[in-house]
Amino acid sequence: MTGAVVRMRAVQKVFGGGADQTHALDAIDLEIPKGAFVSLIGPSGCGKSTLLRLIGDLTQATGGTIEVNGKSAHRARLDRDYGIVFQSPVLFDWRTVERNVELPLEMSAIDRRARAERARAMLALVELSGSEKRYPWQLSGGMQQRVAIARALSFEPALLLMDEPFGALDEMTRERLNLELLGIWRKTGTTIVFVTHSIPEAVFLSTRVVVMSARPGRIIDVIEVDLPQPRNDLTREDERYFAFVTRVRERLRGGDSAQVAAKTRAAAM
Amino acid sequence: MLVFVGVLVLWEIVVSVFGIQQFLLPRPSAIAAAFAERFDELITVGRNTLVEAVGGLLIGGVAALAFAFATARWATASRALLPIAIAANSVPIIAFAPIMNNWFGILNPLSKMMVVAVLVFFPIMINTLRGLTLVDQTSLELMRSYAASERAVFAKVRVPNALPYIFTAVKVSATLSLIGAIVAEYFGGAQSVLGQFIITEAAFFRFANAWAAIVVASAVSVAFFLIILAIERVAIPWHASARTRDAS
Repeated sequence: MTGAVVRMRAVQKVFGGGADQTHALDAIDLEIPKGAFVSLIGPSGCGKSTLLRLIGDLTQATGGTIEVNGKSAHRARLDRDYGIVFQSPVLFDWRTVERNVELPLEMSAIDRRARAERARAMLALVELSGSEKRYPWQLSGGMQQRVAIARALSFEPALLLMDEPFGALDEMTRERLNLELLGIWRKTGTTIVFVTHSIPEAVFLSTRVVVMSARPGRIIDVIEVDLPQPRNDLTREDERYFAFVTRVRERLRGGDSAQVAAKTRAAAM
Repeated sequence: MLVFVGVLVLWEIVVSVFGIQQFLLPRPSAIAAAFAERFDELITVGRNTLVEAVGGLLIGGVAALAFAFATARWATASRALLPIAIAANSVPIIAFAPIMNNWFGILNPLSKMMVVAVLVFFPIMINTLRGLTLVDQTSLELMRSYAASERAVFAKVRVPNALPYIFTAVKVSATLSLIGAIVAEYFGGAQSVLGQFIITEAAFFRFANAWAAIVVASAVSVAFFLIILAIERVAIPWHASARTRDAS
């Protein structure tokens, strides 16, 4: 064991068949070490969400191997090895906040008292103590997403998958939640895979940024972001932070221009 | 309420001023008098018809729920049953009333209940099925990430999601069940029911009595609807129709 939580080898994902088939992902080799905070960034349609879903076994690869926690992604899902947060909070209207957080615990047949205790602790972690008995629709968008995070972490998974979790929130809320998320990451030691289309967000949060290109989705570069921890509001004003943002942006643009060139060549033929 | 009283007053005035014949449109005061005079009988026929409506709604509702659950649970059942149900819905059900009289006995309230049951079956079934299947895809992915069984998905996502749909259908069906019961009664059967009361009184030109029975029918229908509304408020307080934002 090298301590990798996720290990992908030559992973490929093709949607459809025949003439209509699209190569969503191609030749993906990726290793995510334990305790890392890895962001996947790329233009829309680069397959970053698909990549996340492959790790979660919510969709299946058409080629290559995916290991999560040293076992197949399928096995890992059945063992409830990961928690997931989507762009929308996906809270159930008919459950109170605490009962929403308890949902995954009910699947593991944990008794009621332990569930309630765990939910309270998780809500404290996301700073929502006192909102246990409220319903999701009584909360703001940012609070709802915090409930979703509490729910994803309630059963202490080794891995947390996040699919543009703050994409629908305003800038101020997003920055505050970024800080809170880093706090949670430090406290829990959970490995996080985070899909985003925001370069500053990716750089600010991650220990490693995976830059992807579109159609077929490929990894163009993996950038180690060794900005000091713990990060805070000052990090956003750090010169090295800006340097990283620029580097990611250039890599993204490079991927795009290479594609434009390829298309031009294809058109000329 | 004010509007209601206004309409009654206007009705009274129009009928007297234009000298409209009593058999065309009785005055509200005449209807009220008829109501007071035949009060006990009206209550009895109203109750008997309500029993038919409620019984029919229960039979049709339970059958519709069972059908919808089976259809949502097993895809094969869905493919086999749904086209039949949709075809059956285009049949004018009230035309079956004499057949139901024949099957279940013209004097047996069950014959009326069956008309009601068939009438309410489709709206309840199709709405339940909608609620069970129109589930947010991300919710299903979330449950999948927990390796939730199909049974757990049903109990924790599909059924709660369907409850508002079911209540909407039952509210509509409450009104429908009373219409079904009264129309079925027109085709003959036991005498002390709303439909027969209206037919008999109208046949003897006692239109004020017939109108009094219509008032009872309306009141029963509204009351039935309100009872179901109250149950809904208690059963699904989280639903948008019952939401009260808290002050904070």
